Amino acid sequence: MTKNLRVKSSKLVDETYRISFKFNGTTYYGFKGDTLASALLANNIHLVGRSFKYHRPRGIMTAGSEEPNAIVQLHNGTSRTEPNVRATEIEIYEGLVASSQNCWPSVKFDIGGINNFLSPLLPAGFYYKTFMWPASFWEKYEYFIRKSAGLGKSPDVPDPDIYEHKYIHCDVLVIGAGISGLIAAKTAAKNGFKTLLVEEKSYLGGSTIYQDSEFFKINNQNSASWLEKEINEIKKIENLEIKTRTSVAAFHGYNFLLARENLTDHLPLEQRENKTRQRLLKIRAKKVITATGSIERPLIFDNNDRPGILLSSAIKKYADLFGVACGEKNILFTNNDSAYETAISLIQKGIKVQAIIDNREEIDSKLIKETEKNNIKIYKGYTIVDTFGYKRINSVSIMKLSKDGQKVVGSKENISCDSLGISGGWTPAVHLFTQSGGKLKFRDDDQIFIPNTYPSNQISIGSCNGDFTLDEILINAPKLLKQFLNIKKTEYENIEIYSAFNKSKRNIWLLPSNKIVGKTKSFVDFQNDATAKDIKLALREGFRSIEHVKRYTTTGMGTDQGKLGNMHALGIISETASSKMSELGTTTFRPPYTPLTFGTIVGRNVGKYFDIIRKTPIHEWHVENNAEFENVGQWKRAWYYPQNGENMHEAVQRESKAARDSAGILDASTLGKIDIQGTDASEFLNRVYTNAWSKLEIGKCRYGLMLNEDGMVYDDGVTTRLDENHYIMTTTTGGAATVLGKLEDYLQTEWPELDVYLTSVTDHYATISVCGPNSKKIIQKVIPEIDLSDKDFPHMSFKNSKIGKVKCRVMRISFTGEQSYEINIQANYAKSVWEKCMEAGKEFNITPYGTETMHLLRAEKGFIIAGQDTDATMTPIDLQMDWIVSKKKFDFIGKRSLYRSDTIREDRKQLVGLITDNPEEILEEGAQIVADMNKTPIEMLGHVTSSYFSPNLKKSIALGVVKGGKNMMGQKLIIPMEKKQINVTVTDPVFLDKENKRLNA
Amino acid sequence: MFLINCPFCGEREQSEFKAGGEAHIVRPKQPTELSDDQWAEYLFMRKNIKGIQFERWNHIHGCRKWFNMVRDTSNDEIKAVYKMGEKPPVK
Ligand SMILES: [Zn+2]
Repeated sequence: MTKNLRVKSSKLVDETYRISFKFNGTTYYGFKGDTLASALLANNIHLVGRSFKYHRPRGIMTAGSEEPNAIVQLHNGTSRTEPNVRATEIEIYEGLVASSQNCWPSVKFDIGGINNFLSPLLPAGFYYKTFMWPASFWEKYEYFIRKSAGLGKSPDVPDPDIYEHKYIHCDVLVIGAGISGLIAAKTAAKNGFKTLLVEEKSYLGGSTIYQDSEFFKINNQNSASWLEKEINEIKKIENLEIKTRTSVAAFHGYNFLLARENLTDHLPLEQRENKTRQRLLKIRAKKVITATGSIERPLIFDNNDRPGILLSSAIKKYADLFGVACGEKNILFTNNDSAYETAISLIQKGIKVQAIIDNREEIDSKLIKETEKNNIKIYKGYTIVDTFGYKRINSVSIMKLSKDGQKVVGSKENISCDSLGISGGWTPAVHLFTQSGGKLKFRDDDQIFIPNTYPSNQISIGSCNGDFTLDEILINAPKLLKQFLNIKKTEYENIEIYSAFNKSKRNIWLLPSNKIVGKTKSFVDFQNDATAKDIKLALREGFRSIEHVKRYTTTGMGTDQGKLGNMHALGIISETASSKMSELGTTTFRPPYTPLTFGTIVGRNVGKYFDIIRKTPIHEWHVENNAEFENVGQWKRAWYYPQNGENMHEAVQRESKAARDSAGILDASTLGKIDIQGTDASEFLNRVYTNAWSKLEIGKCRYGLMLNEDGMVYDDGVTTRLDENHYIMTTTTGGAATVLGKLEDYLQTEWPELDVYLTSVTDHYATISVCGPNSKKIIQKVIPEIDLSDKDFPHMSFKNSKIGKVKCRVMRISFTGEQSYEINIQANYAKSVWEKCMEAGKEFNITPYGTETMHLLRAEKGFIIAGQDTDATMTPIDLQMDWIVSKKKFDFIGKRSLYRSDTIREDRKQLVGLITDNPEEILEEGAQIVADMNKTPIEMLGHVTSSYFSPNLKKSIALGVVKGGKNMMGQKLIIPMEKKQINVTVTDPVFLDKENKRLNA
Repeated sequence: MFLINCPFCGEREQSEFKAGGEAHIVRPKQPTELSDDQWAEYLFMRKNIKGIQFERWNHIHGCRKWFNMVRDTSNDEIKAVYKMGEKPPVK
C-alpha cells in the first residue's frame, strides 16, 4: 500500500536526515525540510480529511497557506495539542503526531459521509431555513450541528509555551521574499533605508527559486541560479533584516502591521524547551512594499474535489522543491500556460504525464511545443466533465467545449490517472493590500483584481500587482521602486530576460457539463463545501450583494477565507446575474491573513501578568493579617479579615459591630486624590460640583456630588480646602481616572481662562481611617501634639500635623456615620503609621475592617456608593439628595439637565430604603421589585442595589431604586424570587442615627 | 492604528490617545436660558460625518493635553491637528 514517491533529492530537503512521524496512528518517514504534506505525499497519502458539510474525502490541494482541506490536529501531549494546522505549512520534526479532523470514527470510514448522499437535502441556506423554527428547538439543533460539523479540538489545559510581543520600527518593510520582494529589499537597503524583509515560508526565493529550466533566463542563466546569487548577496547587507517563517497577519492603517514569527515549531521537541515559540511583531514602517505574490486558481467542474486533485503549481512545487511525485499517472487540466511548466518539470524528473486537457483551442508557445515533443497528448479545446474514484481520483471524463465555451459537444472520453493538476490562471494575493484600506480595480484582460489606490505610503509589486511573468516583473518592479523610494537607479536596468511563458488564457468561471448544474457538485469553496449550484440557488432566491451570497452559501467563510475560490464565486454571480465584475467588487478580507494562535495574541500577558495589580502601601500588613481581598478596578482591597475560621458574614458582623461600639480601622488609600491649585480653584469647584464652594473656609471639608452634563451622578467624594488657593479632592476608587480626565477636559477646552492646576496624588498619599467612639483617643495617642477637641477640630474639618518628624494631614470626616479621623501620610510611612494606630488602639480592641464592612456601615447611614446605588440614570433628585443641589448657583455641570422634561418626571426610579417583613431575611442585590404579582406582564418597578444584615440594628436593611419611590413611604412591595416572594416596606434610606449624633459623640 | 502627531509631543501611537467626539461644540454660556430642545441640541446631537470631520482627541497617556484633529472618516486620513482655541487649518 505505501510507496515511496520520492523522485530525486532537492535543495530544500536533506535526505541524509530522516525523520519519523505519526499520522492517524501510523508511523511514516520523511526528511528534514519536508512539510507534513510533502512527507505524506511521498508516502503516497492523499486522503487527509473530510469536508465540512458533506464529509467528502479530501486530499492535499495546495503547497501553501491557501490550503483549504489538509487541516490537521497536532498532538504534543495534552497541553500542546493544536487544531486546524495546515499540513502544507507545518514542517515535520522528530516525534510529530498528527491526525485528521472532522471525521468519525476514522478518515477512511466516516459516518458523516452519509451527508454526501443526503446532499440534495442540504442546499445553501439549509441551516437557516430548517433550524430557525421553532425557535425554542434551536438549542437541540445546535448540539447536533456542532457535533457533526467539527473543526479541531482546542486544548483544555493551559498552554505551557512562551510567547512574546515585539515592536519594530523600520524605514521599509517588504512583505514576501519571492523574486519581487528580494529585488525590492536589496534596492531599499542598498539605498540606505533600514529594511525588514518578512517571508512566511522557511526559505527565500518564492517560486522562482525552483524555476531552473532553459525556458526562463536572466542574464543568460536560468532564473533559479540567478536568484540564488542575489540571495547570497542580500544576506550580507547590513541594514537589511530578514525574517523567515514570519507571516503578516494584519495590515492596518498608517502602515501598522502585525506579523507572527514562528521560532520553534519546526524544531525537534527537545530543542524547544525554554525558547519563545512565537512572537507577535508590531511593525510600524515608514514605507511598505507588498510583494505577496499570487495564488493559482482552481477550475470549477463536477467532482473537482477528490483526493489526488491538486493545483498544478502545487504538483510542480512538490516535485521541484521536495522531490516528491504526487502521482505516477498525472493529468493536467488548464486554461493557460502554467500547467505546461508543471509538465516540463515532471518530465525532467521522469514522472509520467498522461495527458494535458486545455480549455484553449488555438495555442502555440515554446512551452507547449516542448511538451508535445515529449509525446504528451494535449486535448485542445476540451474540458473535464466528471471525475471518478472515492478516496483517490482514478479517472476523468472529458468532452469538447463549444466555440463560445458555454456548453460541451461531441462524445465523452475517459482517461485514467492517479493525480490531476488543475490551473485556472492566477489571482493576485491582494488580501493585505485591501486590509490596509486599498481599493482594487478589475483588469478585464485576464480577469483579475489588482491594486488601484493606496491609502498609505505603500506599493504592491510583482504578481500581487498583476505582473506575472519574469519580464513583466523585472521591467516594472524596478520602475515602481525608483519612484517609490525616490532613487535614480537600480541594479536591474540593463538586464536580459528570457521567458517562454505565453499569457493567453481562456477564462471560464464555471465549466460547462453534460449534466445540468443542479446535478453537479462543482466545488467553489472546498473548505466550506459551497458549490456552484449553491451560488446559483442563492441568486435565484434573490440575493445579489456578494456579501449576502457569501453569508448565505458560506463561500469564503472558512479558516482559509476562500483564498482559492472567491474569484470563481464572483465570476459565477457576474455571469448568472449579468453584472460586471468591476461593479460587484470583492468581499472584505479581514485580518488575520492566516489564523493566529491565542498564545501569540496575548504574548506575555498571561496569568499574573494578565492585568496590572495595584497594591496599597499597607497591603503586606493585610496579607500578614489574613485578609481576604477584593478587586476594585486594578486595586487589591482588603475585603474582610476572617478570624478563627469565620466566614464572610461572621467576620463582617464582628467588624461592623466593633467599629460602632469602640474602634475600627480601614485602609482607604485607594480613594482617588486630586491636588487642585490656582487662584480660580474655588470657582472651578463651584462649576464641577452641584453645591456651593466659594464660602468654604480654609481647614474645612465638604462632601460633593459630580454630575455629567446630562444631570446624572457619576462620582462623589469629600474635598478639603488646604489653603486659600489649594484643595485636595477625593474621588471613588474606581472613578479616579475618569474624574481627573473630565476635570482636565473642562479646564482645557471650556474654561481655559481659569487659573487651575490638577495633579493626581492617589499613589503619593496613603489614607488610614480610624472610626468609632474611641477613635479620638487613639488618634490622640498616635499624634499627641494635635488638639482634637470638638470645638477646635469639629466634624468636617482638617489640620496639618506631624507624626514624629513626618508631616501628615488629618481630616475629621466620616463615611460610616461614626466619629472618624483620616490620616493622610506619605505612602512610604503608611505601614508604620498603621501599625502605630493598631498599637495605640489595642486597649480599645481596635478592629481592622475591609470593604464589605465599610459598605455595610455606610448603608446603615444611607450613604450611596456611586456605581452601586447609581448607574448613570440617577440624578441627585432621584437619590433624594436635593439638599446638595445649589439653587443659588448660576450654573454647574449638569444643572440645566435637572429640569428637562424627562428628569422631572415623578415616576422616575428613585432611591429608597427597603425593610423586609422578616428581619432575618436578606435580599439579593439586583433582585427585581414589583407591586402587583397578578398583573400581566408583571410591572418591574425597580431593583435592589445594596443589601445587608445590620448587626447594629439587628435586622436586614436594603437600598433600592423604585419607580416613584419617593412617594411610596410605608408602602408594601414584593421581591419575587425563584421559589418565594419576599415582602418589604419602603422606608427612608437612612436607617441609623438620622440626627447624626454619633458623629460628635 | 493611527500615528497621531500630538501638537505638544510629536508623533505617537494611537494607543496613547483617547478620542473625545466632535469638536467645536461650545458649551452654552447661559444654559438656564435655553429651552429643552436647545439644550438637547447641545447635549445629544452630533454630526457623525462620512468624510471630513473635526474631532477632539486627548493625549491621555502622554502630556494629557486635549487638541483638535481634522480627519477624513471615510479613509482615516488625518488632515491636520491643532491646539484648542486655534482655528482649524483646513476647511
Ligand atoms: Zn502630547
